[in-house]
Amino acid sequence: MSDPQPLIRVDHVVKHFPLNDKVFGSSGVIHAVDDVSVELYPGEVLGLVGESGCGKSTLANLIMRLEEPTSGTIEYLGRDISTFEKDDLKTYRREVQMVFQDTFGSLDPRMTITDVLTEPFTIHRDVLPKDAWPDKVRALLKLVGLDPDHANRYPHEFSGGQRQRICIARALALDPKVLVCDEPVSALDVSVQAQVVNLLKDLRDEFGLSYVFVAHDLSVVRQIADRVAVMYLGQVQEIGEEEEVLLHPSHPYTQALVSALPTADAQGNVTGKRIVLSGDLPSPADPPSGCRFNTRCWMAQQKCVDEEPELIERGTGRPTKCHFVTPTVDAPASV
Amino acid sequence: MSDPVLTVDDLHVEFRTEDGVVKAVDGVSYELGKGEILAVLGESGSGKTVHARAVLRILDMPPAYITGGRAMLGDVNLFDLDEADMREVRGARIAMLFQDPHTALDPVYTVGDQIIELLRLRRGISTREARAQALELLQWVGIPSPEGRLKAYPHQLSGGIAQRVMVAMAIALDPDVLLADEPTSSLDVTVQAQVLELLGSIVKRTEMSMVLITHNLAVAVGLADRIAVMYAGQLVELGPAKAVYGDPKHPYSAALLRSIPDIQRRDERLPAITGSPPNLLNAPDGCPFNPRCPYATDVCLTAMPPLEQVADDHLSACYHWDEVER
Repeated sequence: MSDPQPLIRVDHVVKHFPLNDKVFGSSGVIHAVDDVSVELYPGEVLGLVGESGCGKSTLANLIMRLEEPTSGTIEYLGRDISTFEKDDLKTYRREVQMVFQDTFGSLDPRMTITDVLTEPFTIHRDVLPKDAWPDKVRALLKLVGLDPDHANRYPHEFSGGQRQRICIARALALDPKVLVCDEPVSALDVSVQAQVVNLLKDLRDEFGLSYVFVAHDLSVVRQIADRVAVMYLGQVQEIGEEEEVLLHPSHPYTQALVSALPTADAQGNVTGKRIVLSGDLPSPADPPSGCRFNTRCWMAQQKCVDEEPELIERGTGRPTKCHFVTPTVDAPASV
Repeated sequence: MSDPVLTVDDLHVEFRTEDGVVKAVDGVSYELGKGEILAVLGESGSGKTVHARAVLRILDMPPAYITGGRAMLGDVNLFDLDEADMREVRGARIAMLFQDPHTALDPVYTVGDQIIELLRLRRGISTREARAQALELLQWVGIPSPEGRLKAYPHQLSGGIAQRVMVAMAIALDPDVLLADEPTSSLDVTVQAQVLELLGSIVKRTEMSMVLITHNLAVAVGLADRIAVMYAGQLVELGPAKAVYGDPKHPYSAALLRSIPDIQRRDERLPAITGSPPNLLNAPDGCPFNPRCPYATDVCLTAMPPLEQVADDHLSACYHWDEVER
């Protein structure tokens, strides 16, 4: 990515959620996102991957300004989004749109598809005159591969994959520049998942969109992302070109994540050496000292407990947050 | 195969809804051998979970009705038992492991209370003995510091540990058959690997038989001896796991295999299956896969193909099985 001006720049962003549990008397803070810096360039798909609790969805929400960062800044085209008010905020919300995982929760069951797809124009009144709305609805439905004649149906009359297409159409209504997609295909069946991934790729090519693509399924991310950031307990562990990160991971956590994918060769023999991590994710309310992965890492040494590694280039051509980078483990061969 | 432990024979389950009758399971038959792992593979709405709940008779009836078939556990037809006898069978001879451990565990009792209660009631042993056995079980399923976990409430457990507790409870009474319904789908991928390994080792050590219900082909081939593929309530393919995965004989299985994204390969376009799974209120005539099938001909539009042997131990319900390419 040579373009010097990123669309979105996340700069040392921290998000802590206060933990005040009166019933069990616990208190403290959840370290949801801890000092994360990433950039999204025009036309790029940035994959955010990691297991539940790693902070990837919180980061997406911060970018959408659905949450305010505890510290650090998020810039859109060089301007701090936390300073946006009124018109600026409205423009930001138009140009940066979101697609969610749960298609039932993100479509009002009492609104027809026409209502859903024209609501953006009732909020952004100057975009499209009212008499042009019906044609726009038909065009949007066509764009996402749905039958324009179904515009007066309700969400429950569509399958999960079709509902996600409707959500994508809604996100596209105002000609955005960026889509923040939070697990957009995770709730869909495999056969339908592939359709929606293909649709997102087509739309990116057609409109030059940029995506922040949050997902836990590395195989899906491989199909669409240009760069991938791997998160663990609120921090980016490794970031780089998708092929490098996913096929030749340099951080032990990425290696474990990639190796844990169930894979088999064409004859159905299970392939690849699986690195089974011991233990569970530590609580984000009390992250381990030093490297946050040290409690589950098979390479951990005293240094990893004492000293937090920096996210810097360590001879693999991309930043990795690990004292002992090994650029050797390849992704398991499959299908 | 030695005598089957579980025989499901021509099982039919209907849901009678306001909008009409849904044939959720439409004539499913298979035999499960001792120590065998059979993966039942399918997408949402395929009937894979409903079939298991029907066998265990834990469907909400109504709206569900078991309208035909038998579920033979040894020589007992589970559908002939009265509810009291069925309760004796559940857990002791055939047990179920659910997808989400946190909804399956009772949030207001500790893990220990729940396991001890189970052992006391069903084994008729004292609390003291039950506690000792509970500890042993937790150790057995690989839970670190089991003493402390007995006192924990479910919300204090991570997904992986909670699912191990569920495994411990499912095997507590040493059942012959374990029905595992998407046991790892709610878990993170690194924890998923641990739980799958645990299930595999349990079957190896105890000769328990397992029906593994999953939507994940790679999980199925990694763990199962045989794979049964369900589509629209019907079994469309059944065969040795490696054969179904490596040389599928049904267009749906083949298409499903191709549509799985591969981390090794970045495809310009993923080979998706066109269309959506059928609405079972209004299922297509003939083979339910025909609207999405690249091989479909006129005959597929009128009559459902029978599930027939097409290779060694390998059944397919397709008129065009010999044209199918992976």
